[in-house]
Amino acid sequence: MNFNLSEEQNMLKDSVARFVQDEYDFETRRSNAANALGFNPDNWQTFAELGWLSIPFEEAYGGFGGGPTDVMAVMEEMGKGLVVEPFVATVLMFGGLLSKSDNAALKDAHIEKIIDGSLQGAFAYVERQSRFELADVKTQAKRDGDDFVLNGEKTVVFNGAAANKVIVSARTSGKQCDEAGITLFLIDADAPGVQRTSYRLMDGQLVANIKLTDVRVAANQVVGEVDDGYKLIDAVVSDVTIALCAEAMGIMQKLNTTTIEYTKTRQQFGVAISSFQALQHRMVDMFMAGEQAKSILYRAVCAAESGADDLAKNIAALKVMIGRNGKLIGDEAIQLHGGMGLTDELDVGHYVKRLMMINTTFGDADYQQQKFNRLAYAE
Amino acid sequence: MDITFSAEELAFRDQVREFLAENWTEDLARRIRGEDEEFKAAQIEWQNKLNDKGWLAPGWPVEHGGVAWSVTENFIFETERSLAGAPDVVPFGLKMVAPVIYGFGNDEQKKRFLPRILKSQDWWCQGYSEPGAGSDLAALKTKAELDGDDYIVNGAKVWTTYAQYADWIFCLVRTDSSGKRQDGISFLLIDMKSPGITVNKISSIDDHHSLNEVVFDNVRVPVANRIGEQDKGWTYAKALLAHERTSIAAVADSKRRLRDLRKLLSEEISGGRPLLEDVQFQNRLSNTEIELMALEYTELRVLASTADGKGPGVESSLLKIKGTEIQQAIQQMYMDLAGYYSGVLHGDETAESIGHAFGHDARKAYMYGRAATIYGGSNEVQKNITAKYVLGL
Repeated sequence: MNFNLSEEQNMLKDSVARFVQDEYDFETRRSNAANALGFNPDNWQTFAELGWLSIPFEEAYGGFGGGPTDVMAVMEEMGKGLVVEPFVATVLMFGGLLSKSDNAALKDAHIEKIIDGSLQGAFAYVERQSRFELADVKTQAKRDGDDFVLNGEKTVVFNGAAANKVIVSARTSGKQCDEAGITLFLIDADAPGVQRTSYRLMDGQLVANIKLTDVRVAANQVVGEVDDGYKLIDAVVSDVTIALCAEAMGIMQKLNTTTIEYTKTRQQFGVAISSFQALQHRMVDMFMAGEQAKSILYRAVCAAESGADDLAKNIAALKVMIGRNGKLIGDEAIQLHGGMGLTDELDVGHYVKRLMMINTTFGDADYQQQKFNRLAYAE
Repeated sequence: MDITFSAEELAFRDQVREFLAENWTEDLARRIRGEDEEFKAAQIEWQNKLNDKGWLAPGWPVEHGGVAWSVTENFIFETERSLAGAPDVVPFGLKMVAPVIYGFGNDEQKKRFLPRILKSQDWWCQGYSEPGAGSDLAALKTKAELDGDDYIVNGAKVWTTYAQYADWIFCLVRTDSSGKRQDGISFLLIDMKSPGITVNKISSIDDHHSLNEVVFDNVRVPVANRIGEQDKGWTYAKALLAHERTSIAAVADSKRRLRDLRKLLSEEISGGRPLLEDVQFQNRLSNTEIELMALEYTELRVLASTADGKGPGVESSLLKIKGTEIQQAIQQMYMDLAGYYSGVLHGDETAESIGHAFGHDARKAYMYGRAATIYGGSNEVQKNITAKYVLGL
C-alpha cells in the first residue's frame, strides 16, 4: 500500500505546476478565457509540446499510456491555476470515448490529431429535458442505407464552440430513458444541418447548444456499437468524474491556502483576524473538508486503478463529497475574505464558480447521493 | 498509488480469518458483554489468545514481544477483527503506557512491566484528568514531593476508566510549580495497592460502571517508578496523546456498526415497508457512510506516512474529530431505529422476553458515546491544536 506518486507522475505534476506558475497568473487566465474560442490556442500547442495531450492514450496510438493517477496529478494542478483550455472536453471526453471504443479506423484518424493539438473535440450528451440522466436521449438517429440521419438538439456542450468534431449521443431504438438503444456518432462540427449557438458559463467556459437537422452520418462513423453506446458513456463519465474531482481538489487546496494567508494579514480590532477562535475553527472545518475530500479522491483513484467491483459506489461517494465539501470551502472562503470575497477582482470568487460548475457536471451532490443510495442500499 | 493486496497479504488475511473463526467464540462474546469480573476475565482470556498467537502488540519493538506488521497487515487485522465483532484490546496497558515505557523507560522498567502487560497480568488505568484539569491538562495539581527514595503523592484523578479493575495506574503529577506549567510535570507508575489510594465509583448516564475517581492521600511511590527524567513527563505524555487520537478514530468498528445497522434497518418494518427504503434514513446512512469511506483513507494516509517514518502527526486530530462524529451519528441512528425500545433499561431483556433485542445496547452505546467527543482532548481542543500546529494560525 502506498499513496505516493511515481517519479514520472511527480515530474508530470511538477511540469503542470510550473506552467501554471509561469504562464497562468490570474490576469492572464482572465484574458485566455475571454478569447473567442474560450481558451488560448497558443497554450494548447504548448500542452501538445509538453506531451500532456497524450497522457491517457494507449502507446500504440502515440499516447503516454497514463492511468487515473496520472490524470489526477495533472488535473489537480490545472485546478489550482483555473486552467480554461479544454483538456477535459477534448482529451478526456472526446478522446476517452474514441479510446474506449473498438473502432481502429476512427482511432487512427483522430487520436494522433488530438495528441499533436490540431483537433478540438467535444462530447454532446446533455439535452434540455435530460438534467443529469445520461440515458435520457430524445435525439433520433434513423438508418438510411449506409448512413444514419440525425435530428434533435444537444445542449450545454463543453468546448462545443471550438470543437472541429463532436461525438453525439442519439437514440437508435428503445424508449426515451432506456440505456439500451443509444448510439454514439462522430460528426463534423460544420456538417450540413448542424447549427451551433454558443454561450458562456460562469466559470469562463464557452459551451454550445447543437441543433441537428437531418444531419447525415456514415455508419462507419459510429463510435462503439450501434444501440450499445451507453456502456461507453458510463465508462468515460466515470473517468472524467474522477478527473473533475481532482481538479476540484486542487481548487479546494488553493482556496484553503489563500484564506489562511488572507486572515493572517487582514487586521481588525488591532489584530490579525486569524487570531480569532471563531474564525480558526471555521478554517479547521475547511481543512478537514479538504483532507476528507482528498482521501475519498485517493480511494476512488485506487479503485479505478485496480478495477474494483465497487468502483461505481466509490465514484458516487466521491462526487457527493466533492460537491458538499466544495460548497463548504467555497462559501467559507468568501465569508472569511469579507467584502473582498465579493469582488470580481479577487480570484476567490472565480475558484468558487468553477467548483460550483464541477458540482453540477454529471449530477450534483444530491443526485449522486441518490445514486449512491441505490448502489448501497437497494435490496 | 496502490491499495491492492499482494498474494502474501491475502494469505495473511486468510490466516486472520481462520484465527478469529477458531478463537472468537460465541461463548466468549457473551461473557465479554457481561459485567464486572465476568467481563474482566473474558477480556483477559481474549488478550491471552492474541498473545499466544503473537498478535497482541503490533507496533511494539519485536525484542519486547511486539509483532512487526506492515501498515497493510495492521489494516487487514483491524478490519477483520472488527468485522468479526471482536473487541480491541484494553488500550491503557498495551497501547498507552507500553509505548512510553519502551520509548522512554529504563531497562529495569522495561523488564519489569512489559512482559506482565503482554500476559495481561497487570491491568492498567490512566491517571491524567483531574477535577480542575480536563481539556486543559497542564493545569493538573496532583503533587509528588521527594522524600528519600520515594515520592509522596497527594491529589485526585478523575474519569479513570476501569480503575476498579486496575493493578497499576500511570499518572502525570506535578513535581515543580515554579516555571512554565508544562515543565514541572513527571510521569509516574503507581501500584494501585499502595496504601492511601481510594477508588470512588462514578455512576454515568449509561447506567454502567466504567468511570471512577482515584484519590491519593500521602501515597508513597518509589523514584524507580518514574519514567525518564523528573519534570519531563509532559514530553512523554504528548507522544502518547497523538497515538491515542489515532486509535480513537475506530474506523473499522464503525464499519461493522454500519453494516449491522443496515441489516437491522432492512428487517425493521415501518408502514409496511422496510425502514431501509425510507429516503430520510437512506440519506442519513449514506451521509455517514461516505464520511467513513473518506476517513478510512485518511487513516491509511496517516498510517502510510507513519510507515515512511514521519510519525502520526498533528493530523491525528482530524481522525479524532471525524471518527467520533461518525461514531455518534451511528449511535443516533441505532436509537432512532430502536424507537420505543431505546428506553429499555435492563440488558437481560431479550427478543424472547419483550420482542426486541437491541434497545438497551443502543441506548448504552449512545449515552456512553457522548464521552467520545470529550475524551482524549475534546473536539474543540482538537480544533485549537489543528489551527495552531497544522494551519499555523
